[in-house]
Amino acid sequence: MPTINETVSEEIRAQARKLLEDGTVAAVIGYGSGSLPMTVKPLVVRSPEDCRKLIWNTFCVLNLANYLPATLKSVEPPRGPRDPKPEGPLPKVAICATGCWSRSIVVQIQEHQVARDRVVVLGVGSRGMVSRRKVEALFGGREILAVEEGDHDLIIQGADFSETINRWDVVRDNCQTCTHPDPVLVDVRIGEPVSERKNPNPFIQVDALEQKSGDGRWAWFTEEFATCIRCYACRNACPLCYCPTCFVDDAKPQWVGKSLDAVDTGLFHILRAYHCAGRCTDCGTCETVCPKGINMRMLTKKLNKDVLNLYGIEAGMQPDAPLPLTTYAMDDPQQFMANEPGSGKEGK
Amino acid sequence: MTEQSTNWEPKIIAFLCNWCSYAGADLAGVSRFQYPSNIRIVRVPCSGRVSENMIMSALKSGADGILVSGCHPGDCHYISGNYFARRRFALLSNLLDFIGIEPGRVNFSWVSASEGEQFAEVVQSVTEKVKALGPASRLVKKIDALETALQVA
Ligand code: SF4
Ligand code: SF4
Ligand code: SF4
Repeated sequence: MPTINETVSEEIRAQARKLLEDGTVAAVIGYGSGSLPMTVKPLVVRSPEDCRKLIWNTFCVLNLANYLPATLKSVEPPRGPRDPKPEGPLPKVAICATGCWSRSIVVQIQEHQVARDRVVVLGVGSRGMVSRRKVEALFGGREILAVEEGDHDLIIQGADFSETINRWDVVRDNCQTCTHPDPVLVDVRIGEPVSERKNPNPFIQVDALEQKSGDGRWAWFTEEFATCIRCYACRNACPLCYCPTCFVDDAKPQWVGKSLDAVDTGLFHILRAYHCAGRCTDCGTCETVCPKGINMRMLTKKLNKDVLNLYGIEAGMQPDAPLPLTTYAMDDPQQFMANEPGSGKEGK
Repeated sequence: MTEQSTNWEPKIIAFLCNWCSYAGADLAGVSRFQYPSNIRIVRVPCSGRVSENMIMSALKSGADGILVSGCHPGDCHYISGNYFARRRFALLSNLLDFIGIEPGRVNFSWVSASEGEQFAEVVQSVTEKVKALGPASRLVKKIDALETALQVA
């Protein structure tokens, strides 16, 4: 009996091959196997023969939407920056997408980074992706040489051990609190749809931090980000951070210094998170790629919570509605204003 | 807090929109309403022009308080700039609270061109709030500390 992910992998390969063979798309964005256990690498497949390299497993932790705009550009006929757009429709790209990634694609469409009619979404219902860091923590430094995946268990093997662990226990925090695991955009369905997850409180981690005092939260903030080395992996891996010049690279004015000074690092994180307000789909990629294990996702999750509570919007869920910060309502809450009656922080 | 004992006065950066709050400040002056001289005004075309980068940059550079003020909802010279600003400020103000920046450091208000007296009141209340909080330390970049660290290293 093949596992769910083996079936999904087979279907992805078959659909990718079909789409490339009949010329519907010029490229397919998916995953290939990585060189270490529990790793995968994003893969852009451009020929039917290469489709055999595509895989799907429980370690597909990077949001593939991040590669969509550049891949779309790469399949266009070459032209200079001032040359007009070629006549006729441009080639399409297929992309594997789970719930949060498909919502990122919706945001990219809303922000005119991606044309809907050039994308074929291979929709995969997500069962939650596993955090390599959580698995490694369980084995405290013992080297893991291979991991075998069942539907609900992982068999972790090392030189002198082989242990079975429960998969859900090591699923990433963002996946554990996810409520929309099934893709919102689907052109080709891969595997079975998964149902909405009833999560009693998707913001449980944010709530826990909010319970702390102001000083407690400041202590959390300074400690959490103290080890950041400013590698910007969190920014680079995020499908929302497509700015040709990011504010951290601006020199005039220089919004944040380039040093490892705690204030500069703090400002980088506050502003990066804030730039994702109303756009972040909590895909967890930023947190996953951080070499220092920093939970910078708490900041975007806090913003997601406020956007939902104040404006009733979840990023990428309504393709036809404007993004929350590109619109307004006459009666938006404004208790935070200094000269409003009952001023203070905005209602939760 | 030696600074406080030697009659410390806060520095408050005020981003005022050209059409309402800046004119309100002007009217307050012309009408001789008294308000604390702690504010340093930066005139901007619209409250919608004030980005989070500007606010954070002012804090980093050592402002003890921030005031952003624009036209009342419905009165924006550019029709809707302040409505967009309101959403952005609501989220920013909550996010800063979330990471432990004291409420009262970063303030927002609506003041129209005819509200000279109200402008004076807003500045009065913001200055009092910031004075009560004391000098800003969180998110203020301490160049001296950095230089010392570099010399030691
Ligand atoms: S952090 Fe902000 S400026 Fe930088 S790439 Fe992301 S959205 Fe753009
Ligand atoms: S900020 Fe992080 S969680 Fe949000 S969309 Fe970007 S990578 Fe995903
Ligand atoms: S990925 Fe981690 S270490 Fe790198 S800049 Fe982001 S938070 Fe800092």
